[in-house]
Amino acid sequence: MSPRFLIVGGAALALLVAGVAMTTLPHGAVQSEAAHDSPHSEAMRAGAFNPPRAAPAFSLPGSDGSKVTLARYRGKIVLLSFGFTYCAAVCPTTLATLAQVRGKLGKAAHQVQVIFVTVDPGRDDAAHMRDYLKAFDPGFIGATGTPGALAAVRASYGVTAIRRGTGPDYAMDHTSSIFLIDRTGKLRAMMPFGHAPEDFVHDIRYLLAN
Amino acid sequence: MPLTPWTLRVRRHPIAAVVSLTLLAGLGWAALAPIEVASHDQLFEIPPGTSARHMAGEKIDILPQTIRLTLGLNDVLVFRNADSAPHIFGPTLIMPGQTFRLPFAQASTYSFQCTAHANGQLNVIVDPAPAPGWGRLRWRWLTLIARQTKWS
Repeated sequence: MSPRFLIVGGAALALLVAGVAMTTLPHGAVQSEAAHDSPHSEAMRAGAFNPPRAAPAFSLPGSDGSKVTLARYRGKIVLLSFGFTYCAAVCPTTLATLAQVRGKLGKAAHQVQVIFVTVDPGRDDAAHMRDYLKAFDPGFIGATGTPGALAAVRASYGVTAIRRGTGPDYAMDHTSSIFLIDRTGKLRAMMPFGHAPEDFVHDIRYLLAN
Repeated sequence: MPLTPWTLRVRRHPIAAVVSLTLLAGLGWAALAPIEVASHDQLFEIPPGTSARHMAGEKIDILPQTIRLTLGLNDVLVFRNADSAPHIFGPTLIMPGQTFRLPFAQASTYSFQCTAHANGQLNVIVDPAPAPGWGRLRWRWLTLIARQTKWS
């Protein structure tokens, strides 16, 4: 047997051993310890809470002149968003997406309520919010209030809002995710910014059915 | 009919020929077979007693600044709060005993506000699934190495 063939054969044998090892090893080497959620939460495209808790209640002056509470919308899916009307990119994108969601839902749109809670009460009064929101969807409702009341609502949802800049054109860095509250008032999920309207429609239909 | 040089070699070294063919088949499988995993979950957990350790002034880092995931393999972030107090963990507030399960469907870089980090931000990089061919072969090889390192 030639030395060259011995080298080639040896290398082949070594690689074969590696190949056999590959085939016999479990395939899921990257898996972590599995967190066994209920199959229900796995059906959602948003981040799902398990078990879901009651969505923290609030009562804030609304853009329609009345109090905005979650109890007022019991029986509907509530999409709760935090932002401000002077926001340059994130909030207009979110609100435009949610308007598309309602459009895609067809008849089921009346079972969905969008609540937009300001993180900038210094500039966002009820009248200004109403004018701003109706450009996206006249069905959207805004909520404002005192800085303290709004900070308490943010804390109860784990939402952050930090002022950037000192002049009149200051901005707010804030949590951009949208909370999904089911018809019984449970905080079921949180959709990160950037998801397509179809993902919201999928999850809303899921929540309406479950 | 005259025999080709390769046929002659195979006749002379049948075992080496079989070994080579098996090797090629193994490499083909490793490069092309779909990668299947038992779970897509990448779990991060706040252990019991975390809030008490915080109160005692201990600095606890549970989440890395950047989490790296791969589509089709570990593309679901799972945050679990096993502590007795609520925590802002990753992208959201999680109650004691509660789990937050966040799936990713697109390869991209995501940023979340996260007060647990000094700069207030958590980055999640989601890589595409290993492509058939070199991608899957490389993934399987690295996985094999990682496993053997863990065992040794």
